[in-house]
Amino acid sequence: MNHNYEKDISGCGLIGIINKKKQRLGGEFVKKSLCLMNDRGNGLGAGFAAYGLYPELSDHYALHVMYDDPTSQRDFEEFLKENYDVEKIEEIPTKPVPSITISPLLMRYFVKPHKKMLVGGMTEDDFVVRTVMQVNSEIAGAYVFSSGKNMGVFKGVSNPREIADFFRIEEYEGYIWTGHTRFPTNTPGWWGGAHPFTLLDWSIVHNGEISSYGINKRYLEMYGYKLTLLTDTEVVAYTLDLLIRKHGLDISTACKVLAAPFWKDVERMDEGEKDAMTALRMTYGSALLNGPFSLLFGHRKGLVGINDRIKLRPLVVATKGDVVFMSSEESSIREICPKPDRAWAPRAGEPVIVELED
Amino acid sequence: MFNSLAPPEYLATIDTDKCIRCKRCIQNCGWSTYSWGGDRVLIETTKCVKCLRCYHYCPVEAIDILDNATRFKSNANWSYMNIRNIKRQAETGGMPITGMGSDLPYPVLFDHLLLDACQVTNPSIDPLREPMELRTYLGKKPSKLEVEKTPDGKLKLKTEMPPQLKLELPFTFSPMSFGSISLNAQKVLAMAAKECGIVMNTGEGGLHEDLLPYKDHIMVQVASGRFGVNPDYLNAGVACEIKIGQGAKPGIGGHLPGEKIPLQVAKTRMIPVGTDALSPAPQHDIYSIEDLRQLIYAIKEATNYKPVSIKIATVHNVAPIVSGIVRAGADIVYLDGFRGGTGAAPNIIRDHLGIPIEHALAAVDDRLRQEGIRNEASIIAAGGIRSSADAAKAIALGADAVAMGTAALVTMGCTVCGKCYTGNCSWGITTQRPELTVRLDPEIFAERLINLIRAWSHELQEILGALGVNAIESLRGSRERLRGVGLDEQTLDILGVKPAGR
Amino acid sequence: MYEIDAKGIYYRKLNEMLREAVARGEKEILLKNVNGQYYIGDGIRQGDVKITIDGVPGNDLAAFMDGPTILVKDNAQDNIGNTMNAGKVVVEGHAGDVLGYGMRGGKLFVKGDVGYRIGIHMKGYKRQVPVIIAGGTAGDFFGEYMAGGILVLLGLGAENGKPIVGDYLGSGMHGGAIFVRGEVDETRCGKEVGIMEPDEEDMKLLKSYLKEYCEDLGLDLEEVMKRPFKKLIPVSLRPYGNLYCY
Repeated sequence: MNHNYEKDISGCGLIGIINKKKQRLGGEFVKKSLCLMNDRGNGLGAGFAAYGLYPELSDHYALHVMYDDPTSQRDFEEFLKENYDVEKIEEIPTKPVPSITISPLLMRYFVKPHKKMLVGGMTEDDFVVRTVMQVNSEIAGAYVFSSGKNMGVFKGVSNPREIADFFRIEEYEGYIWTGHTRFPTNTPGWWGGAHPFTLLDWSIVHNGEISSYGINKRYLEMYGYKLTLLTDTEVVAYTLDLLIRKHGLDISTACKVLAAPFWKDVERMDEGEKDAMTALRMTYGSALLNGPFSLLFGHRKGLVGINDRIKLRPLVVATKGDVVFMSSEESSIREICPKPDRAWAPRAGEPVIVELED
Repeated sequence: MFNSLAPPEYLATIDTDKCIRCKRCIQNCGWSTYSWGGDRVLIETTKCVKCLRCYHYCPVEAIDILDNATRFKSNANWSYMNIRNIKRQAETGGMPITGMGSDLPYPVLFDHLLLDACQVTNPSIDPLREPMELRTYLGKKPSKLEVEKTPDGKLKLKTEMPPQLKLELPFTFSPMSFGSISLNAQKVLAMAAKECGIVMNTGEGGLHEDLLPYKDHIMVQVASGRFGVNPDYLNAGVACEIKIGQGAKPGIGGHLPGEKIPLQVAKTRMIPVGTDALSPAPQHDIYSIEDLRQLIYAIKEATNYKPVSIKIATVHNVAPIVSGIVRAGADIVYLDGFRGGTGAAPNIIRDHLGIPIEHALAAVDDRLRQEGIRNEASIIAAGGIRSSADAAKAIALGADAVAMGTAALVTMGCTVCGKCYTGNCSWGITTQRPELTVRLDPEIFAERLINLIRAWSHELQEILGALGVNAIESLRGSRERLRGVGLDEQTLDILGVKPAGR
Repeated sequence: MYEIDAKGIYYRKLNEMLREAVARGEKEILLKNVNGQYYIGDGIRQGDVKITIDGVPGNDLAAFMDGPTILVKDNAQDNIGNTMNAGKVVVEGHAGDVLGYGMRGGKLFVKGDVGYRIGIHMKGYKRQVPVIIAGGTAGDFFGEYMAGGILVLLGLGAENGKPIVGDYLGSGMHGGAIFVRGEVDETRCGKEVGIMEPDEEDMKLLKSYLKEYCEDLGLDLEEVMKRPFKKLIPVSLRPYGNLYCY
């Protein structure tokens, strides 16, 4: 598996569903909704993420790993045993579908870092991030594509329907779901390149090409992130990890970094807010996501939708009772929720932040 | 007639049929190339520097300045300047000196880099109609920020921000002192800086009181000669710069001859009229990096912590040097590349010491990122920025802003003749002779400089638009948007740029 | 009325069925259970056909359309009336971004809110005057690059005190006219537009379009006309004449 190819470019459709009361929904909904937007992809990538997926092992990191060959699996598992307590190992269940003739080996591991590995104030999350960076850049043929707790990602090269069928998505339940159909333009499609893209329990689905990728990447590298996959989406995941988990910004403030308000609008703010916004832009200008995007990111506490600051990509949000839907197209929401209480298009750069109720 | 065995470089010629004997050429030439012969204009062509002042002011287009065809036999190895300099050295025992940046044909990497543009997968942005932000803040940035929310949900900053220099555009003017250039030339820079929301730099010659109305757009410079430096001076501008070196003459000091020190220059520099103004190469309170730190903080203490810039020439070890400068507390590092301009430098130094800005910038930006301190200081790139394309490429390589010196002078009439050191500039730029400086009307030429800055800004916005981004931050350091053409693998590696086609 | 049940039918098949019906001479066609099918009405030229859509049509509704009338009984998505030449689209709900891009003729009436870049590069040609009327609020870049035609924003049902239109209003505008019901914040306008009071002629014209709009969407014309309008027109046909040198 060669990760070091040209930067990935892709168009896409995306869907997110969250039940604020943590009522779990079956995977058939997200599948049905996403399939309606089949034409936003080109059959070369689709995927799903779900939260609330593994309630019985919710305090373990669920590592989903794909392998090119048994050697890479052996290398990874050796590495894993040296560094983690492994609670459970299993193959990710799949079902044959016509379009998928070759797939990587797909395994999942429920693990916790060995206590003794956490030196120098390192948290378990830090350790897992380091593992993901290390494995994906150093163990040839092994790729960790999901590393959160009580959540998981399923993705590969095909269209949404067949990826859903292949991974038996309808057999899973979750209180947050995201889905993605992909239109890569320059690669034959690589399983790891499909979305959602994750790190810990951040999962990103994303539409559009981030034109600022070059500097976003170099900025993150300064903070120890290894950007091995050359996809925009990887940048988003690591930026959120840095801003929110490492630097302690809250989600709405982090969104002001990703889609910074224009200077002319900052000038109109009152002094205190102007200072804060100016400082944010000065400090995190290199993390500004520039160019067209709409993206959804799931995390352990909720779901966020946001698009770029001049709204070059679509995003529609709808609510029905405790459920909030976010999508590239309203029709894909209406496919599973014919009569929403409310449906609207958020303004450019204005995040829609939905949090789970405790 | 020739007092030297080096034949003149140019032949000034007047078509006597066309000439109407108006004598404007005689009045205009600062080098006394022309004189009146009773019935016609006499020409002393050895004095001609091809500044084209006479050519532009001849009402009948009678003047032609030709390259002297009978210089020496052409020789690819022994150039005119090689032979000419030997002859001059033999005749005088002196070092040939020159003005402006090196004119030798070293490869210019900017000319081997191409910028990206969007097609289909991401849209280009129309900069004429959509927002396109060029604002740049120079200074130390924290690596992370603490903010809190007020009860009404507004953001409130908790981190104390280091001082910043605000530029509406990612441009500054290079330091050029009063003395090396005229006060009118400095006024042009100051007026344009104010109008464009950027800064000019006093250079090391002190701050003339006429510039005080522009102080919010002035960076004051402290060099080894300490000309005109006192607490008022340090506090007069928005930032202070310590000059360590200059791209055109790294490791070499300055020497402003007494002839260029009339009363106003003397007063501004706080030295006696007519004495030579000597700036030794090193600052004699800086023999090591910890000494630099001491001076930086001495200035910060004196100015209640205004941003401090350190200007250095880009030399071979520029990356670790800048790392040290940043760790010593600089807020801004001004990198002056090998091709940077000068009012006077020995040819041998200008043409053979240092490294180009492109290599230096790439190496410095990489080094600071590797050390995790790129946020600790901003970088100004200088030394051969000839167009907005050079500016864009420098920014993509990692500069926060670029400085323009020669380009700004060209708007004032400069033709890059390179005779700045003579003090005879016919355009009134690098001279203190009042009959010459009066030619440079600050109002008129500020307008031209403003035009240039606006045009470059528009061009920069068009470039950003084509790149599909609407903020300069998204180009800064984004080497992914550059491709090399005709560069070897190692150079590409140093620049961190892929070859075109990859 | 001829009915087609669109449920679960891929757009290609649906549009084929629609074109066949039109070719057969059907004048009134109902598309039931539409959800997300792209390109409905794309390229259809018959002016006397009326298509009613039950459900949410997909993107590029009425793209390159040249005559028919389309009534959408629900919300609609992005890119309606893309480069449309003639005909009419009426949307009873809200609609998305980039409506009427390069539209050269015909009408687009939306009852609810509209998104970003509405009427972008809309242009009149000879006797064709494209008209877009949006009943709710609009996002940024309303009338961007507008080169002709008429663009109307009513702001009905907008929250009190909130602007009914976004930033960069009329940015790059160099032809046509925009009418906004209520006040316009000059600082939110593109530098290429001037704001003025509509004169009697303007109001007569506007009223005639609004009358048709209100009839189509069951609104009260008197109520709509109660608030005064502002008119925005370009200050120059060549706003960028001085940008270049030779």
